[in-house]
Amino acid sequence: MIEVEKVRYIYPNGVEALRGVSLDIREGELIAIMGENGSGKTTLIKHLNGLLKPVEGRVLIDGVDTRKSSVAELSKKVGIVFQSPDSMFFSESVWDEVYFSLKILGYQSGEAESKVEWALKYMDLWKYRDRSPFTLSGGEKKRLSIAIVLAWQPKYIVIDEPTVGQDAPNRKRLELLINKLRKDGVTVILSSHDVEFIVDLRPRVILLSRGQIIADGPAESILTDEDKLEKSSLLLPQIPLLMKRLAGIGVNPGCLTVDEAIREISSKFKSQKIW
Amino acid sequence: MSIIEIRGLCFRYSGSEEMVLRNIDLSIDEGEFVLITGPTGCGKSTLLRCMNGLIPHLYSGDYKGSVKVMNLNPVNTPPYIISQHAGMVLQNPENQLFSLSVEGDIAFALENIGLNREEMVKRVETVLKLLRLEEIRKRSPYELSGGQKQKVAIASILALQPKILLLDEPTSSLDPRSAKSIIDALAWLCKDKKLTVIITEHRLDLLVQYLSKLVIMDSGKIVYNDHPRNVFEKISLEDTIIPIPKLIQLVRLLKKEFGFPQSFPLTVEEFVDSLIG
Repeated sequence: MIEVEKVRYIYPNGVEALRGVSLDIREGELIAIMGENGSGKTTLIKHLNGLLKPVEGRVLIDGVDTRKSSVAELSKKVGIVFQSPDSMFFSESVWDEVYFSLKILGYQSGEAESKVEWALKYMDLWKYRDRSPFTLSGGEKKRLSIAIVLAWQPKYIVIDEPTVGQDAPNRKRLELLINKLRKDGVTVILSSHDVEFIVDLRPRVILLSRGQIIADGPAESILTDEDKLEKSSLLLPQIPLLMKRLAGIGVNPGCLTVDEAIREISSKFKSQKIW
Repeated sequence: MSIIEIRGLCFRYSGSEEMVLRNIDLSIDEGEFVLITGPTGCGKSTLLRCMNGLIPHLYSGDYKGSVKVMNLNPVNTPPYIISQHAGMVLQNPENQLFSLSVEGDIAFALENIGLNREEMVKRVETVLKLLRLEEIRKRSPYELSGGQKQKVAIASILALQPKILLLDEPTSSLDPRSAKSIIDALAWLCKDKKLTVIITEHRLDLLVQYLSKLVIMDSGKIVYNDHPRNVFEKISLEDTIIPIPKLIQLVRLLKKEFGFPQSFPLTVEEFVDSLIG
């Protein structure tokens, strides 16, 4: 379990990015931390493996206070995938890139090699193992950056803005991947303002605004709440928006996905013979 | 009359083996709002660069076919001339802003083309008002939010009074509300100021309602070029080259199963109207 307790964080330039944030993340959860740019999403994420330490309050990773442990130690449990993959690559091959991070974390050669193979196959990158990371497409780079972290099998995996700059085929792949990780029992924490992507994953949603949590609950209740989303500069996803506009004629406004909306609309209107 | 006319355009970047544009034909009329979209690497940014002369003046390569922008050929027209007709806004506004104040940034391009002071002041005032930036005119662009920065970048281009505005993924890193405010501002400029807007984007849901034309590219070719309603009536829902907005998916599935709605709503409002009347 990750316990974030009344965390305040102030950057050296005086900006107070987190203003008393409390949050428990239990094993096996899928969590989406959502909010406008500058709401504190990335600052909060950086507290989860000790890259940043709270000015006040504390963060416990499976009971260990992040201030009493090193980033290297904490990273074994909490792997973070940052937004711009390019800025983290430097090796000559995809294989080396993943291998390097395992060596840094102290894995011995034999074990590291088998983990590289497993992670690259998991992310469908094994065929590119000899390529230079810089020759990969945007979507492949994103997958490699996830493979690097996945390789040491952290219990918690954090992905910062997974869909920024990703096209339709890659978005679909990311959705499948996140569902697969979840099925495999990995705790997945996403930071995102992409409501249309997040809504299909049905995670627990944490809304941040100006360094504070303004809502925390299941997707069904948060991603259908126009006022709360508005406070975080987010918009209602299209399907909840439509269902809300149709609520006046008796459809259930709680639908999140296209399939649910079809079922709801067709049952409602077939029975009333409106069309 | 078309303001942009492209015929048989092929392009390959120097040092690369792959053709990025393969035989592109595209006409855009004055006052249109056009989205060019498609998977990463489909050639959409390259096509924009051909429209304001960045290709071939900044990026060289093999160039075949013809491009006309307001009857000028970007190949033999200097970029500073073309850019006064077709202004480009980049994905990351920080690459476009560098001055100490919003006003200063907007005035910079005007200084460059040698306008007199009086005319510069007039144009800066006009675009500040147009994009509602008056209150932040003295602020440094660096302390603005992403959405505000992008608006300042757009203002600085609009000050050149181009007839055509080209935008390369202008909202990709913005939060939804900022993205919406940029897109609404563009739609208004197009409708009220008769500006021709050509934009590349991955996300369609906020844009679809304003488009006169939806152009979808794949592997350097144009695969769809039509009004969005016509594109969405035809495109396969299994087609993952573009993210098909959820509302469109819903409409398509309802039509298939129940023959309803009879019209083809593109927005939540249109959908509600078609249902409740």
